[in-house]
Amino acid sequence: MHPDRRTLSGIPVDPVYGAGPLPGEYPYTRGIHAGMYRDRHWTMRMFAGFGTAEDTNGRFKELLRSGGTGLSTAFDMPTLMGRDSDHPLAIGEVGRAGVAVDTVEDMADLFADIDLAAVTTSMTINGPAPILLAMYVAVAEEGGVERGRLAGTLQNDILKEYQAQKEYLFPPRPSVRLVTDVIRFTAAEMPRWNPVSVSGYHIREAGSTAAQELAFTLANGFAYVEAAAAVGLDVDDFAPRLSFFFNSHSDLFEEIGKFRAARRIWARWMRERYGARDERSLKLRFHTQTAGVSLTAQQPEVNIARVALQALAGVLGGTQSLHTDSYDEALALPSQEAARIALRTQQVIAHETGVADVADPLGGSAYVEWMTDELERRAEEVFDRLDDEGGGSILEGVYAGIESGWFMGEIAESAYRFEREVNAGDRVVVGVNAFTEGDEGRSSRLLRIGQDTEDLQRKRLAEVRLERDGSAVRTALARVADEAGRPGANLMPALLDAVRTRATVGEVVEVLEDVFGTYVETAVV
Amino acid sequence: MHRATEGRTPAELLAAARGGERRAIARLLTLVERGGGAADAITGATHRLTGTAHVVGITGAPGSGKSTLTSALTTLLAEGGRRPAVVAVDPSSPLTGGAILGDRVRMEAATVAGVFVRSMATRGHGGGLALAVPGAVRVLDACGFDPVVIETVGVGQVEVDVAAAADTVVVVVTPGWGDAVQANKAGLLEVADLFVVNKADRPGASDARRDLDLMLDLTEVSGACSARRPTIVETTATKGEGVEDLLAVINTHHAVLVEGTGLEVRRACRLAAEVRARLDHLLGEAAGQALAEAGPVVGETPVETARRLAGRILGAGDTR
Amino acid sequence: MEVRNKGAAPIRVVLAKLGLDGHDRGLKVVARILRDAGMEVVYLGLRQTTGTIVDAVEQEDADVVGISMHNAGHLTLAPLIVAALADAGLGDVPVVIGGVVPDEDLDELAAAGVGAVLGPGASAVEVVASVRGVVDAGVRASGN
Repeated sequence: MHPDRRTLSGIPVDPVYGAGPLPGEYPYTRGIHAGMYRDRHWTMRMFAGFGTAEDTNGRFKELLRSGGTGLSTAFDMPTLMGRDSDHPLAIGEVGRAGVAVDTVEDMADLFADIDLAAVTTSMTINGPAPILLAMYVAVAEEGGVERGRLAGTLQNDILKEYQAQKEYLFPPRPSVRLVTDVIRFTAAEMPRWNPVSVSGYHIREAGSTAAQELAFTLANGFAYVEAAAAVGLDVDDFAPRLSFFFNSHSDLFEEIGKFRAARRIWARWMRERYGARDERSLKLRFHTQTAGVSLTAQQPEVNIARVALQALAGVLGGTQSLHTDSYDEALALPSQEAARIALRTQQVIAHETGVADVADPLGGSAYVEWMTDELERRAEEVFDRLDDEGGGSILEGVYAGIESGWFMGEIAESAYRFEREVNAGDRVVVGVNAFTEGDEGRSSRLLRIGQDTEDLQRKRLAEVRLERDGSAVRTALARVADEAGRPGANLMPALLDAVRTRATVGEVVEVLEDVFGTYVETAVV
Repeated sequence: MHRATEGRTPAELLAAARGGERRAIARLLTLVERGGGAADAITGATHRLTGTAHVVGITGAPGSGKSTLTSALTTLLAEGGRRPAVVAVDPSSPLTGGAILGDRVRMEAATVAGVFVRSMATRGHGGGLALAVPGAVRVLDACGFDPVVIETVGVGQVEVDVAAAADTVVVVVTPGWGDAVQANKAGLLEVADLFVVNKADRPGASDARRDLDLMLDLTEVSGACSARRPTIVETTATKGEGVEDLLAVINTHHAVLVEGTGLEVRRACRLAAEVRARLDHLLGEAAGQALAEAGPVVGETPVETARRLAGRILGAGDTR
Repeated sequence: MEVRNKGAAPIRVVLAKLGLDGHDRGLKVVARILRDAGMEVVYLGLRQTTGTIVDAVEQEDADVVGISMHNAGHLTLAPLIVAALADAGLGDVPVVIGGVVPDEDLDELAAAGVGAVLGPGASAVEVVASVRGVVDAGVRASGN
């Protein structure tokens, strides 16, 4: 990167303006690094996954060739729900909205010919996250890359699944134990790995407001800190590797305020409440994705403008990495052309607009500072409530809010309020309830995954089942069951053994369900 | 109005329903719920076919886990070879008349086990529910379901009354003093034949039991329709814990009723309550009609008008 | 929005998600929209099978069933639910599909027996009109 920057007209600009605390200084409201993007751009991490592992492998390579700097894996619904491709409930969903991974063989195909020591990989998976991490480690080690060199992020944020995305497998408490198993494992053996990406994205997509997204997400973050501390970890041993994942929606300054408030709250709580001493524990690092829910099926090309502005909010808010949605995603999986435009949008922001030249260029704006304070205040109200509910524990407060359906009710209420505002015309959505002319001739170059993918994946799975050593699988699964039932044990070693025998995701999940039970949500409509 | 079953008379529907056609059963329940002539005809046709089913009412505060408990209980019954049915009541929106009936979410295990579940909206608190639920129970009883479980949210007099009009009344509370106090306020203490402290794996379960015991000590258990001091059972319905105990206690309660005169007394009370509800309904309708016919009132006090119209209604003879 | 005759029984709708997909924002919003239009919504929620949906439609005497799909599996799953209803003798109960459904799939879904489709961005008015429309069409078809 060039140390000195000039505007298009040639005026030199400083790396930062305004009084302290500056970017890189506690409480990090203005950013976690002094130089921000002048030192290093955000990671342009594009989420991809569809069809079979080979299909997605091809898309990964295409993204790396066209300048993407990190991989992000979308799994299909059966994989996310811990079901094999030949499970009766998987019908119609195999490879449709992400890539199907049943065994370590699929994981190997997914990353074939990609140097796992050189890329960073994000895996969006929660309920079965420890199993997929075990598969990734097994693939890397079979390819000669030891686990300590692997860099990446496992979403592994189960609490927001109960609150918003609903991809949970077991009841909350044993699920959180799995989360802490991964935290313990990576803290000890994978120093470059982020074991949890505490995610507000899905809370927002499910209908929450920005303030709710901020509050619920940080509360979940505190909950994991408390859970990890409860299994004996020192806060500074794992907190530096916790990362966050936020939504960037259309209200530009509200979003920027949200990101700034998140950093300030996290720093203060980590230092004052949880006693963190390592500066890295105080710095909230986050990934941003533009708001899928804001994309319209009407006049889909207009989504390119929406995505650009939302991405800009993420950058002005100081994100560490960014996914930009493709304009056709309200209708189907992104086509290759649409995914490329989305990536190019980030490149325009990074290289043409100049916004990356100055750290926190909006710092000191009366409106942005007020918005930051206001969102922080609203979040603190939620923390107070959860702390009370939990008798002095945010973790217990979050459990209580899940069990009573409080989070889901709050989110559903916000979603309905927004819908009513749009329907009443009080809130304009361009192309939907205003400026609707010109919606003829929809693009029909949608990416479609057909039944043949599903059939192919089932066939591959059947072959793996046939070729593996059945008794080794049974022994390994029995060990998983034993370790699951042993309080204080870490499941990761047993999971690694199991996936190496070619045990399937579904088989491991069923064994765990026998020990942990299943979960039916408190339906709040 | 709608669809395939509409062409059949109530009698034909009943014959099909008793032959096991589930859609005919469902259709009869729809007609009973709508009230009016068809509902009266169904009541006429089913009344003499009933009395076999053990009617269990389950009620409690929102969030006490009633649906999960009902699901666990009826699943156990179905697996034991019984034919349970559930009438799950949820409130209608007073503004729009619509309703979101969410009980099936938590009763999925039961429906998979073959339990017949029917969701019912209160459709306004004007006594409709008090007529519809006994009518629905009668249909299910006549179709061979046993037991028939009525599940209601224990807030609001009508909901409590509807669940209380059962052979065995189960009141569900959860750990925490607040719940027990709430149950007391809602008048649930007086109607309970047995209490369930659900979510018994949570802290405070034994406190809840003690609170209930204390309150029962202070409550005079008397009157013709409830005679015994309620038993207290602890369950964790989400894990199925204590559900077998609950079933045993429910069965014991039923056995005691059957052995003595309890069941007859109960059912006489239930019938009286239904007659009362029907009477209120009929008189209410007549009152509305008389008021409409009377037009604007001039030169009379409200008391005088009401007395004059009441005299006219009561003198009118057969109300149908 | 047309106002139904006062005193007419409310339309009963079964709402569910079929399969593993957990995106229930749309389903919940639609539940509230239909409730606020005076309908009775039997909410089944997530992870339903054709079996649990058919049971619910039958036992609840539903006038219409709404299935939400955001998993790109609608061309496989929608015909399955239509067939399951028909097998159970409930072929007269119309099916409405909502969610991420591209326009180009509409003909195929109609041919498979789906009564109506509510794509992304459908307004509350469209949701209510569509549900009423398929129910009323069913009533006319049955000759009552």
